[in-house]
Amino acid sequence: MNLELPVVSDEQVEVLLADLLEHYGYDFTGYSKASIKRRILRLYSLDKAVSFAEFRYRINNDTFYFKRFVEQITVNVTEMFRDPVFFKTLRNEVLPKLGTYPFIRIWLAGCSTGEEAYSISIILKELNLLHKSLIYATDLNPVVLEKAGQSMFAMSQMKQYSENYILSGGTKDFSSYYTANYSLAKFSDELKSKIIFSTHNLVSDHSFNEFQLILCRNVLIYFDRDLQHKVLQLFDDSLEGLGYLALGTKETLDFSPLSKNYKRVPAEKIWRKVS
Amino acid sequence: MGKCDALIIGGSAGSLDVLLKVLPALSPTLSFPIVIVVHRKHGSDSLLPDLLSGKTKLQVKEVDEKEPVQAGVIYIAPSDYHTLIERDHTFSLDYSEKINYSRPSIDATFQTAAEVYQDKLVCLLLSGSNADGVNGLKSVKAWGGIAGIQDPASAQVSYMPEQAYIHVKIDYVLPIEDMAEFINLLS
Repeated sequence: MNLELPVVSDEQVEVLLADLLEHYGYDFTGYSKASIKRRILRLYSLDKAVSFAEFRYRINNDTFYFKRFVEQITVNVTEMFRDPVFFKTLRNEVLPKLGTYPFIRIWLAGCSTGEEAYSISIILKELNLLHKSLIYATDLNPVVLEKAGQSMFAMSQMKQYSENYILSGGTKDFSSYYTANYSLAKFSDELKSKIIFSTHNLVSDHSFNEFQLILCRNVLIYFDRDLQHKVLQLFDDSLEGLGYLALGTKETLDFSPLSKNYKRVPAEKIWRKVS
Repeated sequence: MGKCDALIIGGSAGSLDVLLKVLPALSPTLSFPIVIVVHRKHGSDSLLPDLLSGKTKLQVKEVDEKEPVQAGVIYIAPSDYHTLIERDHTFSLDYSEKINYSRPSIDATFQTAAEVYQDKLVCLLLSGSNADGVNGLKSVKAWGGIAGIQDPASAQVSYMPEQAYIHVKIDYVLPIEDMAEFINLLS
């Protein structure tokens, strides 16, 4: 992508975000302004909108276009075993500890097209814990969840994912987890059997269960500080004592008042709830 | 020249040598922040801030998300994220698609900074082998900021500054030996 950006004022963006909340109940007002504005401008350019008024009218009156809007302004870039060292820590430290529980409930918040959900499922299977685990993988965007549920990813990505898998401590033949079907790799039904894909909006929806592990990586960076506090509180409300919270490489619990109740796993963006 | 509120330096292949030459000659009391966005491989984090902090008395640190942008500090854009600047002079990080095959993208930082700092922004594009930064410099000019490039004749890889020169009305074309003085005079 190589875009020259149109000039749209911050006020126009505010008006649009207010529309979305009023017409559709989607609240993007707590998102980082620069980021959401870039996403909006990007779509405005991609779809060659004639004017901002026309763009706004279309979003408000064409529900199909609104779906595209939500899909395009949320960031859905993800990969399997992204940040392999993180997954290595999950494999070697976090999940073995949770393995002593009779049942493991995991919440993957902001799962996008599901690559991380299947990655976790693979590790659970290799640790012989999959049969007693359940992964709730949620996202605000139904379009990406539909894709996640198909358990198919581009064949062209498999070389990279296989390298990530090995770097994350995997020792099996990665290709044994999928069957090649032309340009797509279809992952086994067994991996999917313990994943529940469901819509959940971190901004407006409440806690729906208690978990021993919550992962939310590279989602909080899109929220402003106030919304980050609110979402971290939601995670805290949804996490059992001695449970783990995992954030993205550049995200932290440090600025939050909740941090005093958590102990960080050294060198990783993983915190354990100790009180 | 108006008062400078921020300097952003973008570069790719061949830009590290320039930074290593320029940083030691910078005044230790700059009245504005410097943000450095250079393309590099994912996973090479923390090496670059360490390498550069040995070359200057100014504080050098990698950008943390939501951190306030402060004068007198040299910020390094982390690898594998786009670094954006918010209206309230804080940083945001963004893991969206690569731009010009790059994350961090120089365009993303130049463009968001252009709106925020307007005519108080100075952006400098160094050596590199792709055109990332060129659209960003267009935005900088559109918002009244100042656009400078490394003199392509002095660049290890001249494509990036050359593209900027062809497509944008550039205010300053700087050989490496003039850069530190140019920056110090912005203070």
